[in-house]
Order: sequence, then structure tokens, then C-alpha cells
Amino acid sequence: MPRETPFHERTRALCETYRWKDWSGYHAACSYGLSPDREYNAIRQGAAMIDVTPLFKYDISGPDAGAFLARLLVRDVRKLKPGRMSYLCWCDADGKVIDDGTCARLSEETYRLTSAAPAMHWLHRHARAFDVAIRDCSDSIAALALQGPTSRELLRQVCDADMDALRFFGLTETTFAGGGKGWLSRTGYTGDLGYELWVDNDNALGLYDALLDTGKDYGAVPVGLDALDISRVEAGFILRGIDYIGANDAMIDAQKSSPFELGLGWTVKLNREETFIGKDALTREKNSGSRWALVGLDIDWLALEALYAHHDLPTQVPHCAWRSGIPIYHDGRQVGRATSGSWSPMLKKNLALATVEQNAAAPGTELLIEWTVEWSREMVPATVIKTPFFDPERKRA
Amino acid sequence: MSKHYDSIIIGGGHNGLACAAYLAKAGRKVLVLERRHVLGGAAVSEQVYPGFTYSVCSYVVSLLRPQIIRDLELPKHGLEILPLECSFAPAHEGPGLVRWPCADTTRREIARYSAQDADRYPEFGREMAKMARFLKPIIDNPAPDPTSLRPKAWRHMLKLARPFKNIDERKLHDFMKMMTMSSVDFLDEWFESDILKAPMAVSGIIGTYLGVRSPGTAYVLLHHYMGEIDGAMRAWGLSKGGTGQISMAIARAAESYGVEIRTETSVERVLMRGDEAYGVVLEGGDELHAKTVVSSLEPRLTFFGLVGRKALPEDFCDELDRYRLRGSSGKVNLALDSLPEFKCRPGDGLHMRGDIAIAPSIAYLEKAYDQAKYGQFSERPYINIVIPSLTDPSVAPPGKHVMSCFVQYAPYHLAEGPEAWPSKREAFGDAVVDTLEEFAPGLKDRILHRQVLTPWDMEKDFGLTEGNIFHGELSLEQLAFLRPVAGWAHYRTPIQKLWMCGSGTHPGGGVMGAPGWLAAQTMLKERAV
Ligand SMILES: Cc1cc2nc3c(=O)[nH]c(=O)nc-3n(C[C@H](O)[C@H](O)[C@H](O)COP(=O)(O)OP(=O)(O)OC[C@H]3O[C@@H](n4cnc5c(N)ncnc54)[C@H](O)[C@@H]3O)c2cc1C
Repeated sequence: MPRETPFHERTRALCETYRWKDWSGYHAACSYGLSPDREYNAIRQGAAMIDVTPLFKYDISGPDAGAFLARLLVRDVRKLKPGRMSYLCWCDADGKVIDDGTCARLSEETYRLTSAAPAMHWLHRHARAFDVAIRDCSDSIAALALQGPTSRELLRQVCDADMDALRFFGLTETTFAGGGKGWLSRTGYTGDLGYELWVDNDNALGLYDALLDTGKDYGAVPVGLDALDISRVEAGFILRGIDYIGANDAMIDAQKSSPFELGLGWTVKLNREETFIGKDALTREKNSGSRWALVGLDIDWLALEALYAHHDLPTQVPHCAWRSGIPIYHDGRQVGRATSGSWSPMLKKNLALATVEQNAAAPGTELLIEWTVEWSREMVPATVIKTPFFDPERKRA
Repeated sequence: MSKHYDSIIIGGGHNGLACAAYLAKAGRKVLVLERRHVLGGAAVSEQVYPGFTYSVCSYVVSLLRPQIIRDLELPKHGLEILPLECSFAPAHEGPGLVRWPCADTTRREIARYSAQDADRYPEFGREMAKMARFLKPIIDNPAPDPTSLRPKAWRHMLKLARPFKNIDERKLHDFMKMMTMSSVDFLDEWFESDILKAPMAVSGIIGTYLGVRSPGTAYVLLHHYMGEIDGAMRAWGLSKGGTGQISMAIARAAESYGVEIRTETSVERVLMRGDEAYGVVLEGGDELHAKTVVSSLEPRLTFFGLVGRKALPEDFCDELDRYRLRGSSGKVNLALDSLPEFKCRPGDGLHMRGDIAIAPSIAYLEKAYDQAKYGQFSERPYINIVIPSLTDPSVAPPGKHVMSCFVQYAPYHLAEGPEAWPSKREAFGDAVVDTLEEFAPGLKDRILHRQVLTPWDMEKDFGLTEGNIFHGELSLEQLAFLRPVAGWAHYRTPIQKLWMCGSGTHPGGGVMGAPGWLAAQTMLKERAV
């Protein structure tokens, strides 16, 4: 049975729709209201309170913590100053991505790594030569994402952190109203101005109540995973298990992807002296080129309209983000698949994330995507465009 | 100083701006002249009271054309549309009615009043949506001209009639009925409960000096369902930062194509050589020249104000004299210290996040109209409310709110004459607030600031002749090939090189952008510019 997150007592009462799903063994609300529109809107206009406790969290400390993580991860986190955080991925020896997540430097000798899948074994297996302690705090730290343009002003009322000093990908220890010390990071998965709040389980409810209460004046509302999914597609963020398969979970090699193939090439720092897991393979791939590329697609609206008009129907797009693999064609041949997508309420575009062959990946390339109308499979043009689709200035502010 | 433009657009409302953007996108050199200090015309946001952004006039977006959003890349230029979630009709007795974006919840709400209505409601929605499809090609094309014998006109008509091709006879009958009946009569054929019918019926009379039982008001109901046809686009709701942001997004798009925009620049008249326009004279006497002049002003203002009767054919002037403006609406914008509470549904629930209609019964609406008929404002008017700050925190300080109230009837032609409006402004504002207070006790004490806009103010401040919010009633005899005047429905005017592009042209008023867009398309197609 999935378990309850430390926020559950509140979220259960608020989630009047009873729409839940299992996220890494936790109950997670899909949508508190009848449609994701209002919750999506909170992400883009107000402040969305999203329970992200099910993320895996590991605290790595000790004299060798930095060196150990540098060995494990595609970028050298020793370059982070305490109070800074970074988005990155880690690979197997063949340079295939195992998972992606964030790494924060909490202090000189302590780092916190988050991941989408459990990583304890992988961490331990490589820790033997290093003087480090690894603590799995996945179940002892509650995590709440507070995302949206009013989140900063709201937090000013709810914690004692210097909000102006906390820059994009910074983090700080702070005391939250409602009791309890915790960590506040200027990060998120929505592509908007936003924060993530990390507190001990015991302090979760107090924090939640304080945010809900003070948040009334800031358009703060509980937001479920459906709305989060729309915003992460707009932000062009990939999701492990959906847009790619972690190397440890793959049944066959063809299911694995390199960072370059996932658009994560920018996180890979090959020009460091020491080796890191996957470095050789990644160096080879960097030189010889990758087979696949992750791209953004803008699905042609007029063609879609024509398709529906042909059936005498108004154009329809799913109300939520979708995540079923859909074939992509180019020059009469399948060249890849779209892995997730969504109508973007913000951009008024029908968007998808897709993995396609390199030669079909240049921005501007016209591809075809399968689209089913009235049980009939049709093709609609889709143009390769740059991600992030939605990239407001406030995201980095 | 004599710069030469391909087009000078008079008026920086959203239609003038849209027309300018399309012309400039096609490579033309365009100048927009706006009299006020802000752009937007009736689609405008202003901080009349510090910290609170009012959508001074227009307050909901419903029919902004999707193709304009796409063509001009409005999201890139700042357009954001936020959902209005429901429709709430408060009642004096009982819980009132909320229509939600969820069929079952809505069914249960309606069933409190009538089990039959509850079941028929979704069916009604489907039928209306089907009929609204006939409307879509009509608003998205220049007006058909059934009186023309030219093959081009007929081809065009056939294209517009395409949705009728597969229609069965009964639907056609329904459609014809809609075109002629009153909104109440039409709704009576479907529903029995007042609290459901009244708020729906009013959509037929918005901006007209007609009652809900006046014939010909039913078809406007369809406009409402047009929104559903475009539903996938989700372009129905509130504009972030107020309605003015729509105009600003269009203006930024226009500027990105090279349009020059001047505010606080009032046009005094159109410059003419014979019956041909070649520029404008500004207040203060400066002249500006262009190959074409396009006016987005209300037609009577354009022709009688900027051109002059002498230059126009008699017939045209006669028709224009008959063009019905007779504004009948007002607007009250409130800055509130805290969220109001409705007696019939206490608490700050979701029911306040949609639109709220003070229209408890058909009789109430009839009574409101009766007073208007005799030249008085309704003491207990129909009020359409939105509280945008609930969805868009950017329009008010934290914890405070903006309440936008569209009010009908406030007839321009008061018994004492329209000039009496300034002396009645506050009494009118009081009537609105008193009405609201009955439904939401305690509202008065929350008011920090009140802006009252009478039809007189709309005329004087916004250039809306007789305070008509749509530049002319959207009644059947003033639509399509009859708008504004039969024979002049294609943006041309009797003056060569003078064009029209405002809400007084097909397909009419509302923040659609369609007149501006279609005028530009027509001008480009006919190589007029
Ligand atoms: C109170 C009110 C509420 C409304 N509510 C809604 C609503 O909720 N939803 C909706 O869709 N529609 C609504 N409407 C209707 C809608 O706002 C209008 O139909 C639309 O905005 C008109 O746009 P336009 O560009 O055609 O004309 P306008 O917006 O009228 O633009 C004309 C411009 O010309 C300028 N001008 C006038 N004279 C001169 C001159 N001599 N020289 C230079 N410039 C000049 C004016 O200042 C103005 O900016 C409402 C209107 C009003 C008044």
C-alpha cells in the first residue's frame, strides 16, 4: 500500500475529488478540483503548493563528500559554494543516464542529492573508497514546492530568510512560521518563479497551515500533479520513466539514453582531470555524435482544426498533459516518438516533447505526428522548436 | 516633418491596433493615433485608485479570435487568459444557482430548482454549440452580401453556408427561431426555473436598449456558445492584468512589425481632396498624410464627426441617422478591503471565481427594463460581476480585491436628457451598491474606492457615442451585411481611401479583434494599401 506523506492529513481533507495516484509509494493528489485549470493557473499567477515529498533525498557528508559526488555525477559539485544547488544527471559506465535530479551543497562537507528513483544502492556501491556517510532522508524530510509569481512575497511573510539574497538555484536554512527550521531552495519543476521547502516530517503540518493561511492573500492553493505536468511540459523538463528510461531500469540497451540525447549535454563537464562514471563513453559520444535528440514540437493547430472540421467537430485537445508514446514520422519513415505533451494554456500552442533521430532534430524541421480523431489515425505536421517552450524572465529572477 | 504613411489608423482601441498590426505585418508603414493617454479604448486597464487595476470598461474575454492570437503571437507579447470557472446567480431565498465546469455538479445544482431542467441543461448546451458552428464562419469572414449578383459574392455565401449542408430540417427551424424570438421565449421552450433562465436570458440584451422579452434577442445567446467552439483554445476568461493587457499585447505586436503609435493625439478631421481622403488634421492643426486613412471610431463619430455630412451622400447620412446606438449600460468598479460574502452562499468559496449575475428572475429583469423604457436607470438593475483579483493577484494588493460590475439598464437617453447624467452619477452608483448590498450584506463597508461610469462618461471619455458599448447595437438589423449601413459592410466608405475597422463594422462589438483583422485583410486583398 502506498503510504501517506507528512502533509497528507491536510491534503486529504482538501482533495475533495479523491483523485490520487501512487508516486514512488506515496499517495499523491492528481487534482484537488474538478479540472486542472485553476491549479495550473495558481502556478502561473499565484502560488501553487505542491507536495513533492515522494522525491528521493540523500544527505551525503564527510571529508570526501565532494570528491565522491564528483566521481558519481556528470558535473563537479565541489564547484558549488555552500548554499548553492545544481541540476544534473548521473550515468552508468556506458554513459547512459540513470537518473536526473538536483544536488545542493548544504555546508562545506554536506550535500543533498535528490532523485526520481531510489539511489541508495548506486551510492553505496561507489562510496566504498571514500570517507563519507550516506543518509537516506527520503522518508524523514517532507518537501513542498511553492511555485508561482507570488511565492516570493508569500515567503517573506512565512519565513525569516533574506528573500532578496536567495538567488536562482540558491538555498538557505531558515525558520518557517508554524515552527521549525528547514531548508528553502530557489528551485522547482514548473519553469516559473518558485521555491522548494524542505522540513522535518514533524514540522510539515505547521508549515502547510501557515502557507495556506497567509497564502490566501497571495492566491496560494494546493495543486496536484496534473497541473504540475502541464507546467513541466511548458518548461521543457523531462521526466524519468516517461521521457526516458533510467539505465538501471532498461531491459535492453536500446531503451537507454545518454545525457546528450536527452538535452542534458550542458550538465556534462568532460574537461575535468579526474574521471567520473561514464566519462570515457561520454567523451567518445561527444566526439562521434549521438543517435537521438530530445526536441520540442509545436503541433500545427490549423491542420488539427482541419482534421476535426472534417469530422464536423470542434477542435479538441486533452485537458491534461498526456504521456503516451506517439510515433513521429519524417520523409515517410518513423524517426522517433513523442513521449509527453500538453496544450499550453500560456502559449496557446499544442506542444510535445519527442525523441527523434539527429537528422530530424534541427529547429524548424517539419515532422509528422500521429493524431487520432474519431478512432481514425491521422497525421498532423509538427515543427521542431526550441525548449523551454515557456521561459519567463521571472523564472531566473 | 511630412513623413508619409501607407495608413493612418484613427483610434488605438484593440481593433485599430489589430488592423495596424496586420497591415504592418504585410509590410505597410502604419501610424496609430489615440486620443487618450492610454491605449485600448474600451478594452483598457487603468489604476484609477493606487494599487488596484480596473478593467474600466470591458471585463471578460470571450470571442477574441484564435487566429489573431496566433498570427500576432500575442502570448509572446504578454497576453495571458485566465479561466473564469463558473457562473453564480445569487438569490434572495435559497442557495442560488452555480453552474460549474462539471456536468454532474451542475445537474445537482439545477435539480434543487427543477429536476427536468437539470437533465435538459446539457442537452441544451450541445444543441447550442451545434448551432454556434454556423456562427463561426460568419464572424471569421467578411460579411456575406445576399443582395449582390456577383459570382464572387455567391461563392462566398456558399462557403459560409457550408456548415448548413448536413443540417437536418429541425435544426434549421431552431436556428431560424433563434434569429427571430426573444431570449425568454426561446428559453421557455427548454426550461422552467427562473433562476436558470434569467441569467442566461440577459446575455441576449447586453449592450442593447431591449428587454429580455423583445423579439430578436435570442440569437445573441449563441455568441455565448461560440466560446465553446473555440473551447480548446481556452481563450475565454479574464485577461491577466485586466482587459487592457489584450490591447497592450496587440500594441506590442504591432510595434514589433514597425507600427508607430502616438497617444494623446486627437484627430479633428479627415483631410479630403474631393471625395478622397489623404490624411488627417490633428487637434492643434497639424496635418499628417497617408495613402489610406482607417477609422476605428464608432461610425457616426467617424462620418459626422471627422468627415462631415456635406461630403457624404444623403442616403448614407439617413441610414447613419437611423443607426441605433442608444446605450443602456453602465459600469461600477470597486476596490474592496476584503472579499465580499454572499448571503445565500456564505464563505469565500469557488463560486465567486466565475461571473456573478444579479438576475434573480425574469420579472426582475422586466422591471429593470420598464424603468429604462421611461428614461430612468433601473433602481434594481441587472448586474454582472467579476472579482478578477481572486484569479489574478496582480490587480490588487494582497488580501484586497477588485470587483467589476457591469450594469444594465442605464439608458443614455434619460427622461431629463443625457446631460442630466453627471448629476445622477452618484445616485446611479448608489443604486448599484444598494442592490449588491442586498445580496452581499456588508459590501458597503468594504469599499475603498468606487468608480462609476455612466453612458454619458462612456461617450465623453471613451468616444462611445450615446454610450453604446458595442459602437452600435448588436441587433439583427445592424449586423453582417447591414453593419453599419447596407452597402457599406465591407470596411469601405463613401469616401475613397477612407476605411473603417472598429466595432461598428462586421462582425461587431466585443473584444474579438475581428473587425480590425478583417478590415486589414480586405484592404490588403483589394490592394487598397
Ligand atoms: C462598459 C463596457 C463593458 C464591456 N464589456 C465587454 C466584455 O466584457 N466583453 C467584451 O468582449 N466586450 C465588452 N465590451 C465591448 C468592447 O469593449 C468593445 O466592443 C471594444 O473594446 C471596442 O473596440 P474598438 O477597438 O472597436 O473600439 P474602441 O475601443 O472604442 O476604440 C476606439 C478608440 O478611438 C479613440 N478615439 C476616439 N476619438 C478619437 C479621435 N478623434 N482621435 C483619436 N482617437 C480617438 C478612443 O479613445 C478609443 O481608444 C464592453 C464595453 C463597455 C463600454
